[in-house]
Amino acid sequence: MTEPVSHTLLKPTHPVGFVGYGAYVPRFRLPAREVARIWTGGMGGLPIKEKAVPGMDEDVVTMSIEAARNAMARARVDPAEIRAVWVGSESHPYAVKPTSTIVAETIGAVPNTQAADWEFACKAGTEAVVAAMGLVGSKMAHYAMAIGMDTAQGKPGDALEYTAGAGGAAYLIGPADESLAIIQSSYSYVTDTPDFWRREYQRYPEHGQRFTGEPAYFKHINAAARAMMEANGTTPADYKWAVFHQPNTKFPQRVASMLGFSKEQIEPGLLVQVIGNTYAGAAMIGLTSILDIAEPGDRILMVSFGSGAGSDAFDLLVTDKLPERRMSAPLTRDYIARRTEIDYATYARTRGILAMR
Amino acid sequence: MSDIVIAGIGQTSVGEHWDLSLRELAHHAIQAALQDAGELQPQALYVGNMLAPILSRQAHLGALLADFSGLKEIETATLEASGASGGAALRQGYLAIASGFVQTALVVGVEKFTDSIGAETESALATATDSDFEAVQGLTPTAQAALLMRRYMYEFDVPSDGFAGFALSAHAHAVGNLNAIYQKAIKLETYQKAEMVSEPLNMFDIAPMADGAAAVLLTRSDLLPPHFSHPLIRIAGSASTTDSLSIHDRQDILQFQAAGLASSKALQQARIQLDDISLFEYFDAYSIYAALSLEACGLAERGQGWKFARDGFPLPCATLGGLKARGNPGGATGVYQAVEAALQLRGTAGANQIPAARYALIQSLGGPASTAVSHVLERIN
Repeated sequence: MTEPVSHTLLKPTHPVGFVGYGAYVPRFRLPAREVARIWTGGMGGLPIKEKAVPGMDEDVVTMSIEAARNAMARARVDPAEIRAVWVGSESHPYAVKPTSTIVAETIGAVPNTQAADWEFACKAGTEAVVAAMGLVGSKMAHYAMAIGMDTAQGKPGDALEYTAGAGGAAYLIGPADESLAIIQSSYSYVTDTPDFWRREYQRYPEHGQRFTGEPAYFKHINAAARAMMEANGTTPADYKWAVFHQPNTKFPQRVASMLGFSKEQIEPGLLVQVIGNTYAGAAMIGLTSILDIAEPGDRILMVSFGSGAGSDAFDLLVTDKLPERRMSAPLTRDYIARRTEIDYATYARTRGILAMR
Repeated sequence: MSDIVIAGIGQTSVGEHWDLSLRELAHHAIQAALQDAGELQPQALYVGNMLAPILSRQAHLGALLADFSGLKEIETATLEASGASGGAALRQGYLAIASGFVQTALVVGVEKFTDSIGAETESALATATDSDFEAVQGLTPTAQAALLMRRYMYEFDVPSDGFAGFALSAHAHAVGNLNAIYQKAIKLETYQKAEMVSEPLNMFDIAPMADGAAAVLLTRSDLLPPHFSHPLIRIAGSASTTDSLSIHDRQDILQFQAAGLASSKALQQARIQLDDISLFEYFDAYSIYAALSLEACGLAERGQGWKFARDGFPLPCATLGGLKARGNPGGATGVYQAVEAALQLRGTAGANQIPAARYALIQSLGGPASTAVSHVLERIN
């Protein structure tokens, strides 16, 4: 009789990590006060300062390509060696026809590759990272690309309109000995929790208001982070940095404090106040901002959250390869600093909110 | 005839009970009340509920709850009178026993708000207004209360934070009430900075609608089990009255006529004066309702009710938080008030115990006192 074995912690047979990473944030910014000006006469609290808005010729395809190219610039590997290009998003331009084939073609990863679009609300991107860990960790592939990217939709006048932003990040997963940061382990916590959804043919998502908090965001992130730290025998003090899914400023701050992480630990990865909630991109782009400053030996915790609902937790270790590679592509803060403010009318036009007929 | 007494009380906390269904909530309160009473078994179950057919797609609550609580075969029915549903169910229990046909009656108030959100809940609430003349114009109960408050502030020259005291005292009273949704005191500045919801009502002028269930077991004092251990509380007065459903049909929209009438009838039946009351559980779904209730019941002159909130109350009100801080569990409210008054009269109310309380006046309102149900509870030993 065999001993019962717990397989909840994911660790590939062959160690893997991020060989490259790249962020992308579109140029335009809609201040939250502009949304308040239109819908509440300027009254009420603002969940963030401003959000990033894609330009008229940008979508998840073009933005994913930007981030993927940045990841490849840092990875310095032959794209022909990539065996998967996976894009997680809630805003794929096509309902049928993959985003990922276009991205794969553009970066030179075709034709010997898997390509698919992933969907799990805001954790579609980290779900793709876990799948890539399996593909690379089994040595079926040398490299796999996982991208989390969104041009999030917020119904005009809804609370989400303040925060639904645009941006994301791409990661090239490869062998640990080539990595800028090693993925030491991963753990996923998933339940059937209907806190936020968009049905087919609906233009904007709906949400359960306060139900999105305790039973959804906080429960899943807490559970994923705690289970992984317990399995690894770590405490928050073992991590130099932490990054959580960030739908607004308060939630990640609160979940960090619930778990015992300090403001300093989450500060570099907390971008929601200046780019908005980038949904499938949110935790992943937060991590790029940390990798932009992290030093070899730094341990990092990343926990995503996707409605419906689930969280993926990752335990990362920065290697000595990171410092010399990070300048090979634009830093995340450079994208954030590249900023053109727009008003609500311009936003309404570029986002297709105006009914033309 | 012997007194009609409260033999058992039970309640759930008021809050966001996403993990409990309507029937489970009611069951918790029913079990608690039956256990509190001892050996008594009811012959009838009266349910106070306001919105289950819309928000929970569940009517026929009597059979549902009796079955789920193992009380099959007993007589049941649901009483609906908007926010006064719980009060109406309590009165039904009282009348049933007074009639002599029922010896022991269980009264449960239950409401499940949080499975629906936003416009769906607002539309459901608006069904309690005059559908043909008010709801059709987009009037919701909150907007209606805002109209009353605006008129009141204009007529009586009330400053913008004039109603703050209602929220402040309610929150202070809920500290230590483990069943309250908010158990934390608030500061005047918090009220002053609060977001407007429907001008001039700000967030703190409106009681939070939340899930909850409360139950009381009523019986005749001569039927109490020999080892009944609680102080005895009787229903000394019970009255229910109505006014026009819509406010445009009223001569004076700033007078809650039905509230005044229900209270004076209940006091009259109890053979007591206002001065004899130790506490008043008023219906503060909106702070303006609290002010108008104080005036209607004769505790304040017309246009002066708000000053009690500013300068100090004439007698303890909303002693365990009221609707504002305990929470507004819709059609369960009237039963919560009975449970809380019973706790005060038993001397087991905890941190905010009113010393030597003998008489409690409780009143629940449907809409802007379109229905008013008042009861006087008395400690008799």
